[in-house]
Amino acid sequence: MNEIKCECGHVNPFGTILCESCGKSLSGTEEWKPSDMRYEGSARRSQTYNRTIVDKIWNFFSSVKVAIWLLVITLIVSAAGTILPQKMYIPPSVSPETFYGENYGWFGKVYYALGLHELYSQWWYMLLLASIGVSLCICSLDRAVPLYRALKSQGVRRHESFLKRQRLFGVTKGENLEEAVVKLKENLLKKRYRIREEGNAILAEKGRFSRWGPYVNHVGLIIFLFGAMLRFFPGMYVDEVLAIKEGERKEIPGTGGKYFLENKQFIHEVYDKNEHEAFAAALEKKGQIDKNFQTDVVLYKRSGDTVPGGEVKLKKEKEESIRVNEPLKFDDYALYQMDFRPILTGMSFLLIDKETDEELGEVRIDLDNPESRYDLGNGYAVEILDYFPDFDLNEEGLPVTRSKAPHNPAFVFEMKAPDRPDGEISFVAVQQTMEPYGNNKYKMQFSGIETKNVSVLTVRKDLTLWIFALGGLVFLVGLALGSYWNHRRIWIQKREQEIWLAAHTNKNWFGFKRELKAVLAGTGINEPQDRHETKGESR
Amino acid sequence: MKKKRLLIRASVLTILAASVIMTIYANLAEGGRSGPETGDKAPDFILTDQNGQRHRLSEYKGQGVLVNFWATYCEPCKEEMPLLEEQYRKYKNEGVHILAVNIGETDVVLNRFLERHELSFPVLNDRNQEVVDAFGVNPLPATFLIDKEGTITGIHEGPILNEKMAAEMMEKIKP
Repeated sequence: MNEIKCECGHVNPFGTILCESCGKSLSGTEEWKPSDMRYEGSARRSQTYNRTIVDKIWNFFSSVKVAIWLLVITLIVSAAGTILPQKMYIPPSVSPETFYGENYGWFGKVYYALGLHELYSQWWYMLLLASIGVSLCICSLDRAVPLYRALKSQGVRRHESFLKRQRLFGVTKGENLEEAVVKLKENLLKKRYRIREEGNAILAEKGRFSRWGPYVNHVGLIIFLFGAMLRFFPGMYVDEVLAIKEGERKEIPGTGGKYFLENKQFIHEVYDKNEHEAFAAALEKKGQIDKNFQTDVVLYKRSGDTVPGGEVKLKKEKEESIRVNEPLKFDDYALYQMDFRPILTGMSFLLIDKETDEELGEVRIDLDNPESRYDLGNGYAVEILDYFPDFDLNEEGLPVTRSKAPHNPAFVFEMKAPDRPDGEISFVAVQQTMEPYGNNKYKMQFSGIETKNVSVLTVRKDLTLWIFALGGLVFLVGLALGSYWNHRRIWIQKREQEIWLAAHTNKNWFGFKRELKAVLAGTGINEPQDRHETKGESR
Repeated sequence: MKKKRLLIRASVLTILAASVIMTIYANLAEGGRSGPETGDKAPDFILTDQNGQRHRLSEYKGQGVLVNFWATYCEPCKEEMPLLEEQYRKYKNEGVHILAVNIGETDVVLNRFLERHELSFPVLNDRNQEVVDAFGVNPLPATFLIDKEGTITGIHEGPILNEKMAAEMMEKIKP
């Protein structure tokens, strides 16, 4: 594990293929191998040291082969997660344990057992994603650091064998070579090459920064991943849903009980064909076209501590209208209009004498908080003996409620009248009336409903967004660096009656050769030969 | 040189491993119960019972409290009510209380239920579901055992099956 001293005097790290300074092959083979230029023949550390456990882990992650495998595995596993619906998309009332088996047979059972129903939050899936990130970091570090070293310490005078091994290489024999070199340097400067000289050797170089393109690119990706990681930490990212009824005041989820919202009213507007005559025909054809979804809200901030169930002290912050694409913004939060639905909030019934059809009074029931007794005057009254907001019949055929939401209200009324002081019992549900104790004199006749709109808002807070933007920007900068610029180098050595010229670019050889042609024009120096062409290879 | 390399590699790997572990941990913590866990301090609350009396959890300090979340439409909740009633009578003089928190049904529904079932322990109505949210209650019934220090010593999601199970719960939080 010793450092390697080249014959030119430069000391190279162990594992170096081509001397960092003069480019002489240190591996002993003089054969021409263009691939050696990829990392400037530098010592990629991972390929070299393999002693401790730290080195072994490092080597594992520094392998591009491993990185590709990680990507392929992640791709396959991610795809597997889309075969059956994820847990969040199955009905919330059913247990996932039985749902997958019942609906998809043995495959569903295996799917559930493997945890694929919650794939994207499984710890091992996260680990897979994280290892891609780790691989990205280490692959980059393992290549960028030696490459930087090699490019920084590259010498002007290169070993004969190095020049000979380049893809573009040529020798020009002749007189007056001094003049030719002066002219060449002039041309190179015009093409904005940076020129370094050392005795009879010249190195013209430009666009070295483009070598960093891929690494800048990776840094962008790492920043991107860092942003994704931050989303998991509390306070960085909130994505909640708030369904709020007109007239209701609720705590805004995700704000830690700090903010409350009141829904004053919900407005749904459609285009009126009388108002927009130009579009009358279109509106006629299409029917109703939505114009506006709007929730008028009041934002409150809690002042002081509160105890759940106890009184809340609120301070009015602002009063605004939330429209589609016009969120209410406050303190890094934004409330977006997402959806709305009308819900049943009230029902009215008339107490009617079945024989005479006489109306004896109306009962208006607030479905969220019905009174237990409604007095209608003149000795008439209606009592609610039982209320089933979400009426259904159970296995025994008895009325029950499935939930507390008034989806399908049903009532057991006791109707009291001067001539029926003990009351008559009537069971009333939507479009059905039952008289369990025989024929009644009176009935409760349905006379109307009241609805209110529930506005559905999305609560969003995202402090990571700018990190994603930064990552994306850095990524693009890296892409541009690597794509639009090339690292071009030309080595020139004056020998007796001879000029040796070798040239290298990291990409776009065609453009480079054209540039060389222009640079060499009028100097009398021959254009170098392209070894790929002479060998009959194509690139 | 060798030492430096090992040091650099080890520290890079440590930083990466630490951020990966932290992320996974944060993610798993988020995916678990939304409310408090066993061993956490129970969230305080104030609610009014069927007789109009206010109950504040923190005022029960020094005594054990069994907090049961229920609804009239939840059959297993109804089935465990007599079990709780029995335990309440046995333990109320030994410093263990029962607070049954209804998840915010209408007064009519709740009152009719109470008229039909003779319950002597306080039945509280969590109108706005604030307490339900604070405890992260999802499936019903859910029972929280809170000891004399106000710490949650047990969370039981699902029905209390028999007398033995109910008695064990009471015994666990007896001061």
